[in-house]
Amino acid sequence: MTMSPLEVVASATATETPRRVRWRSVRKNVSLWLGAAIVFAVLFIAVFAPLISPYSPVKLDYTAILQPPSAAHWLGTDDLGRDILTRIFYGARTSMEVAIGSVALATIVGVPIGLVSGFYRGVVDEWLVMRVVDAIQAFPFLILALVLAAVLGPGIRNVTIAIAVGYLPVFIRTVRAQVMAERQKEYVQAARMVGASDVRLMFRHIFPNTLTPLIVQVTLGVASGIVAEASLSYLGLGAQPPTPSWGSMLHTAQGYMTQAPWMAIVPGIAIAIAVLGFNLLGDGLQIRFDPRKNRA
Amino acid sequence: MTYVLRRILTTVPVLFLVTVMVFLLIHLIPGNPAQVILGQDATPSSIRALTVQLGLNKPMPVQYADWLGKVLHGNLGKSLLDGQPVNQIIAQRLPVTVELAFLTLFVALVIAFPLGIMAAVFRGKWQDAVAMFSATIGIAVPPFWVGILFLLLFTVRIHLFPSSGYAPLWVSPLKNLSVMVLPAVATGIREAAVLLRMLRASLLDVLDQDFIRTARAKGMSGYRIIMHHALKNALIPVITMGGLQVAGLLGGLVITETIFSLPGLGSLLVQSVFSRDYTTVQGTALVAAVAVVLVNVAVDVLYSLADPRIQLGGRAT
Repeated sequence: MTMSPLEVVASATATETPRRVRWRSVRKNVSLWLGAAIVFAVLFIAVFAPLISPYSPVKLDYTAILQPPSAAHWLGTDDLGRDILTRIFYGARTSMEVAIGSVALATIVGVPIGLVSGFYRGVVDEWLVMRVVDAIQAFPFLILALVLAAVLGPGIRNVTIAIAVGYLPVFIRTVRAQVMAERQKEYVQAARMVGASDVRLMFRHIFPNTLTPLIVQVTLGVASGIVAEASLSYLGLGAQPPTPSWGSMLHTAQGYMTQAPWMAIVPGIAIAIAVLGFNLLGDGLQIRFDPRKNRA
Repeated sequence: MTYVLRRILTTVPVLFLVTVMVFLLIHLIPGNPAQVILGQDATPSSIRALTVQLGLNKPMPVQYADWLGKVLHGNLGKSLLDGQPVNQIIAQRLPVTVELAFLTLFVALVIAFPLGIMAAVFRGKWQDAVAMFSATIGIAVPPFWVGILFLLLFTVRIHLFPSSGYAPLWVSPLKNLSVMVLPAVATGIREAAVLLRMLRASLLDVLDQDFIRTARAKGMSGYRIIMHHALKNALIPVITMGGLQVAGLLGGLVITETIFSLPGLGSLLVQSVFSRDYTTVQGTALVAAVAVVLVNVAVDVLYSLADPRIQLGGRAT
């Protein structure tokens, strides 16, 4: 007797352990594992850049100026004879430092604000916190980061702060929305009934349940941070010479487009791959945590 | 109408906070702002003169009230570089940015619509995979790099488009478009990728609904179902999101205008930042933020008029 498709699925899942089912869904989630693999590779390069780089990222070599890709210099050299592959590896370090640093800063500041604001609601939430969030979001992200970086002065630390400020509203909104949904649930009411304080309710009971959208947001935030860092460095406000940065490498490349086009191509590919990795990971996590999102 | 009024009213505190933030900008400068603006070689008398010119010697609330009063009268101050009124400089630059923004949105729509519809109609097939793969790549690739590659290919290599020489649309339409095409496409690709994903998701939602099933059961052609029924319903959230993309778009145009040497608001901001012309920086940031707030309100209001459910259920902030 042949089974209907529904019966086949039912019998398959009946014999499988929940762990196996979970593993199968992860295996099918191409975005998740492909994204995780790219992110792992980028982080590995960023952390171990000094060990895997063939040359020094800042040492000038006037005998090897603007050389095309070759066996000695796989991705060619720049206008000062520096090995581009090495500078790409070290650029990953700058990029990750700023992108992860700014997201971490935005999380540390934004999560408690979102938690408290969403938990207590009221006038302060509606007319102060949310309106400040709206006001920050009124400034286009790059314009806000550019203006703040300009006021605070160029450099990696200030660019990290500037990007974090631009990203703050996203974390406040994400956590606040999740807290507002969670605080109505029975487990929170039950904890309140047995005498849990507001602080305990927020941080011990509700906070763990905000983690899922937060993790997704963090991943996507790092992707935006990579582009923001590259943009600000391209404009000259991020990493200062001779520190390698993908954005500043693109800026330099623009002056040598006829003689050395590889200088403009390689850093862009590096940015695209890193952003792609974090975006795929974010999408994959979203599908993993909420399969309905699969269609977006 | 209550929702519309409520939505418009919520912009008042936001606009107020935007002005406070822009005003405080100059006070974020570490040390004495006048000293920083004038540089290391400034004399005490020039520092004193600039302090008075900027009103920095007055109490902060008084400074803000003075500044806001001028802004409300359309006076954004004078450029610290050449003394030209900032609102005049912005008025000269604004049309370039507005035109580029519209062209970018046009490019985004032209790319996103056919691909988004194709992805939804052929869900799970190779056409869908190609469209979604293109969208994933389009979102990952930074627009300013695409701009640089376009310059390298179309300007430096095959000399198809000029690298500079902007002319206003009403003076020389052909020259204007030849300069604007590359930046609009470079920025539009990313916007198209975002819209494509949204359109596909929105269409898939609509295609699963009962009225589409009924239309199919009645024997209506696939083309007619998509064009006359599904697309109309799927477009509302897409248009809303498209409107909300304006903030991101304006940010992206800053760097695009710089790469393509276009005399718009974005390149003005970058130039002002590097020449420490903080009054122009303030004015440009204020205009950008107010534009974003107004566009968002307009989109929300139009959305609520198009979809009455928003007015009935839109109580959340």
